Amino acid sequence: MSLWNILLDTLTQGSIYFLIAVGLTMVYGILKILHIAHAAVYTIGAGVGLAVFKLTGSFWLALIAAMLVSGLVGVIIYRGVYFYMLDQPRIVPLITSVGLFLLIEDLLQKPYLMGPYQHAFPAQEVFPSITLPWGTIPNAQVMILTLTGVALVALYLIFTRTRLGLAWQAAAQDREMAGSVGINLNRAIALNFLLGSALAGAAGVLVGVFYNSVYATMGDVPSYKAFVVIVLGGMGSVTGTLAASFLLAFAETVLLASVGYVLPRDAIAFLVLIFVLMFRPQGLLGR
Amino acid sequence: MGYLISIATFACIWAVLALSLNILTGYAGQVSLGHAAFFGIGAYASAMLTVKAGWSFWPAFVAAILITGVVGGFLGLPSLRVRHDFLVLATMGINFVVIAIFKYVSFFGGALGIIGIKKPALFGWTLRGPWFLALAALYLVLTLWISAYLSRTWAGLALTALREDEDAAEAVGVSVPRFKIYAFAISAALAGGAGSLYAHFLGSVFPDHFAFVESIGIMSMVVFGGIGTLRGPVVGAFILKALPEYLRFVGDYRYAIYGGVLVLMMLFQPQGILGDNSWLWNKIRRRIND
Repeated sequence: MSLWNILLDTLTQGSIYFLIAVGLTMVYGILKILHIAHAAVYTIGAGVGLAVFKLTGSFWLALIAAMLVSGLVGVIIYRGVYFYMLDQPRIVPLITSVGLFLLIEDLLQKPYLMGPYQHAFPAQEVFPSITLPWGTIPNAQVMILTLTGVALVALYLIFTRTRLGLAWQAAAQDREMAGSVGINLNRAIALNFLLGSALAGAAGVLVGVFYNSVYATMGDVPSYKAFVVIVLGGMGSVTGTLAASFLLAFAETVLLASVGYVLPRDAIAFLVLIFVLMFRPQGLLGR
Repeated sequence: MGYLISIATFACIWAVLALSLNILTGYAGQVSLGHAAFFGIGAYASAMLTVKAGWSFWPAFVAAILITGVVGGFLGLPSLRVRHDFLVLATMGINFVVIAIFKYVSFFGGALGIIGIKKPALFGWTLRGPWFLALAALYLVLTLWISAYLSRTWAGLALTALREDEDAAEAVGVSVPRFKIYAFAISAALAGGAGSLYAHFLGSVFPDHFAFVESIGIMSMVVFGGIGTLRGPVVGAFILKALPEYLRFVGDYRYAIYGGVLVLMMLFQPQGILGDNSWLWNKIRRRIND
């Protein structure tokens, strides 16, 4: 595997990890909930995106619809479930979240929704491939890198330049205090879920197009791996999540390229998770 | 009839799993979503000892319990460093890694699993059908007895203490690390025995039988029945294991039900349908007292 390929794979995988994990990080930062059902939102995004793409043939409409529906599902999960558990021990929303994930995923596998098959998502041609002196970036990867870049800039602006971003930061530091100085917490948290879930939905569409495959259990692997990313990134830090996404992608790519197949990618990620939890529970980049 | 007996056997095995998770989570407060890993380790230990090493069932059964207990004690080590929700993540991780090892290491048979596991025999008699059910029921009674005994002893009190407040427990002289490891080892050992029974009942084991969703299933049985009680996990396991096996249309939605049960119980009745102070249990007790 050439250096160029390693770089490209790292950037692509890392972008995907980031888009999925950033919503989890945002939720964890404010509510301290490990929101496993986030992966189901990601799958729903991919499914909605594919359905709209088949209906209209437009990638952009599909992406927007996927983000809207996923965002809404995220808000519904918050208002319908987590909202009632904010004062309970953190284990309660976590177990609920696992249940919710299993429930949605099992329903998605039924024949009247996605069924147990893989569906093709042939929208690779929307972006051109780019040829640079060092090598070519295939069109699906151009898509992922460009859109992740857009998301990054948007997130940066929202977090640093808007009152909403300020409200999120305040809520992350001390929820009760933030509420008492006049921040509308319900609105801030709902918008937090909306944005995080919309990004997960976008990630679902991008991954679906990239691998040209959308299926009901596609949330399995990235969901658990997103936790590896947020634990590595120091729980609740968006910059940490960004760094950890690319670090994990790099480590996996290099390991696979150099050592070859020992254990599947995911088992490696989990071994890393267990060791980090045991020896550096504040995360690699945490304080 | 044979079908009902096999459902009852499964229900007994899962009741043991639920009770063993209950010792860890209900008594000691260490929430684990990787319990199927211990189930799998017991099943694989017993399967390998009988099929590859040629042992007979009984020593393999005991060995499976001991092996899983020791491995469980080791896998409990993360609980000394991480608590609460991150312990759940760690136990989930353990489940994935254990399954990956079964699946990708050819020593354990890989994705093809291990087949040709014989049913246990007693004095030349092969235990099948109702006799195997009797064996599973006996093991369930033993697990019930151990659970009841444990909750009455000093060790049981120590486990309760570390569930309620680790720091306070440490302050009054309960060795938190030691009892956490005990809880993991006892819980894993009992689950390992259930794994051994499962392997010999089915005749084959595959990595996917012990996947993460099965851990969620066991947890939902405990939560549904009533965590921390003796009756709860047993009733939960019998309902949530037997019903999907018995009713076809329920079986199609098995995992959706496991998930939905967790969500609904956590929202409306976190102590379980038969837990102390639950709506149903209060009604039953009033009826009995009248």
